[in-house]
Amino acid sequence: MNTQTKTCTCKTESEHEKLERIEEVIEEYKDKEGSLIQILHMAQGIYGYLPLKVQQFIAERINKPLSEVSGVVTFYSYFSTMPKGKNTIRVCLGTACYVRGGKKIIERLKEILEVDVGATTQDGRFTLEVMRCIGACGLAPAITINDKVYKQVNPDKLRSILDQY
Amino acid sequence: MTNTINLTINNKKVSGSKNDTIMEVAKRNNIIIPSLCYLEGVHQIGSCRICVVEVEGAKTLQASCTVKAREGMVVHTNTEKVKKARKLLYELMLSDHPQDCLSCSRNQSCELQKLGELIGVSMPRFHGEKSKSCIDDKSPSIVRDMSKCILCRRCVTVCNDIQGVGVLNAQNRGFMTTVSPAADLPLDSVNCTYCGQCTTVCPVGALQEKDSIKAVWDALFDKNRRVVVQTAPAVRAALGEEFGYEPGTLVTGKMASALKEMGFDDVFDTNFAADLTIMEEGSELLARLADAFSGKEAVLPMVTSCSPGWIKYVEHTWPDELDHLSSCKSPHVMLGALIKSYYAHKLGIDPESLFVVSVMPCTAKKYEITRPELANGGLANVDAVLTTRELARMIKDSGIDFRSLEDAEFDNPLGLSTGAADIFGTSGGVMEAALRTVYEIVTGRELPFEKLHVTPIVGLEQIKTAELLIENPLEDFLFLDGVTLKIAVTSGLSGAARLMREVADGISPYHFIEVMGCPGGCISGGGQPRLTDDSVRQKRMEAIYREDEGKTLRKSHDNPSVTKLYEDFLGSPLGHRSHELLHTTYTPRGIYNEAVK
Ligand code: SF4
Ligand code: SF4
Ligand code: SF4
Ligand code: FES
Repeated sequence: MNTQTKTCTCKTESEHEKLERIEEVIEEYKDKEGSLIQILHMAQGIYGYLPLKVQQFIAERINKPLSEVSGVVTFYSYFSTMPKGKNTIRVCLGTACYVRGGKKIIERLKEILEVDVGATTQDGRFTLEVMRCIGACGLAPAITINDKVYKQVNPDKLRSILDQY
Repeated sequence: MTNTINLTINNKKVSGSKNDTIMEVAKRNNIIIPSLCYLEGVHQIGSCRICVVEVEGAKTLQASCTVKAREGMVVHTNTEKVKKARKLLYELMLSDHPQDCLSCSRNQSCELQKLGELIGVSMPRFHGEKSKSCIDDKSPSIVRDMSKCILCRRCVTVCNDIQGVGVLNAQNRGFMTTVSPAADLPLDSVNCTYCGQCTTVCPVGALQEKDSIKAVWDALFDKNRRVVVQTAPAVRAALGEEFGYEPGTLVTGKMASALKEMGFDDVFDTNFAADLTIMEEGSELLARLADAFSGKEAVLPMVTSCSPGWIKYVEHTWPDELDHLSSCKSPHVMLGALIKSYYAHKLGIDPESLFVVSVMPCTAKKYEITRPELANGGLANVDAVLTTRELARMIKDSGIDFRSLEDAEFDNPLGLSTGAADIFGTSGGVMEAALRTVYEIVTGRELPFEKLHVTPIVGLEQIKTAELLIENPLEDFLFLDGVTLKIAVTSGLSGAARLMREVADGISPYHFIEVMGCPGGCISGGGQPRLTDDSVRQKRMEAIYREDEGKTLRKSHDNPSVTKLYEDFLGSPLGHRSHELLHTTYTPRGIYNEAVK
């Protein structure tokens, strides 16, 4: 496995350098079975997200229709066509969280951040997402911010949690 | 080992061959299993599950269009369980469907409607949340109404696997799934060729040609307009199907009658311009060959240019190879240009008062007439394009009883044509027509094939090739003495891609290539009556060759009206006037529709 993608250097890398790295990935994976998903996965790691122009860049090089690439990107919720914020907030919508206030938390976060689910705030600080059960049902409702889990979240405390980021 | 298998369907002992699906065996034994997404030989991936049957021993119902029949299988196609499942699936489909049949142009020709009749469901029990309605009518050729899409994916198969363009694919997932271009872009923002093959397989009103009927009626009702109509060669071999005739029935005379009855002022034949195309394109080929064999630079192979879907495809996909295309406008555009110059002058009327309608087997021609370079003196060469399907609808709307019409003739002077023009409608025809003339110009002798048919390039194969040795040419063409002309013919864009790759790599062995964008050529164009399988194509093709053989004049250079046109007006092929009126240029394009320079 290419370890480069793990130590992401997006912030300093130029657009051109990112595309060059994606090109390397394509060269490596192009002729392998089921390579499209692999390539998209790594490209998202390098670029941060998969806007149409990156999809087109990939489609041209693997000689597949753009509509097929975009079909795969939009099929898997893992892929994002919009830029990710510095921090990712995920609200658990497993059954327990949902019935014990998860929905209210989503509503409140949308209000505070002024974005819809799946989108990133104007200042690029937060991306708001939802996810299925994270296994903290006993302490619902739960959210995660990056890798940190917050349990039994009180909607009124959301602002102060966000302030830490 | 034998290939026959025996099984039981609905308590009847039946037999089939080893690789048959359950549905195929049933069909051959006159047992009809309702189906929807299945399209023989084209689309058999089992996406709708309407065709489910009970197979004894299997836990779940089986999609009979994909599951293979096996020795000893016991199948039931009409049990309570099957019927319930089928109805439920159908009702769920309808619950996410607008059901405005009365205002839908597929009303009465819709496969979803027909299926409802077959399985006895009319009103749905469920009224679900409807998927987002999104009408994409930005392209000049095709309208997509995704609220009517039943996600059968036939169009995906046709656009990707048969045409090799790949503009349409499933996007998003679950309830949000649509069959669309990347990122739900409209068709005019991507590399759609407007070939319209997707519109010929869509079972419902989700993919259709853009309506031109209204514009044509408006022109016909306008007292100050002289409305001139022309019809392409392939239309007469298919229009009859819309009126209950067997595929392959020629309805040339009835069609001309109907057009006159509908109020068109002049009924001309695009075939006239097909003969003219041969004069221009043949001369262009000879000029290129003359250069090539006298050591000058020449771009070969030359590739035909009468199929606008093909042209758009090559502009997107091979933008660096455009100088291989013949500079000839497509025949109906040539005729339009002549109607608004030569004919207007003859009548002594202002060309602006003319409205030229082309009836075509093609959806790409709707787009073609919007190309800015296909105009002269600020006037578009052609004002509206109707598909064969649209013409049929207009004839029905006019209350004309098509089957009882008397035959009529095309009008003169732009109505006379030779057999060479007729075969423009089928793959291989343009090449054969060109060879009939070019060979005779070069050698003074008739093309050495029985009945003038270049047999190796007749038929429905994707790529056909032939060689023609030139011996004892006339004095002007001594440079071709002993030369073997190599030609290739292809139809459908996947075949074209194969030949173009060779051209782009500089290894194409051919001098002249004919490309038609639709499989089989115009006879199965995107605007022709649905559905077109190979047996229908074959019959339409035979009809076209019949029309050719029935003519006394079978070579374009024998058309007296064409000769007269050169004498009176054009001068000579490739002359100054021809250049201005009959030839055109091409535009390199990107994968999106923008022109890249
Ligand atoms: S597509 Fe068929 S079922 Fe749907 S509205 Fe049109 S005619 Fe009716
Ligand atoms: S018109 Fe042709 S190229 Fe365009 S979407 Fe339909 S099949 Fe594909
Ligand atoms: S647009 Fe028509 S052919 Fe394509 S998936 Fe939808 S219903 Fe099927
Ligand atoms: S007809 Fe068999 S799955 Fe659609």
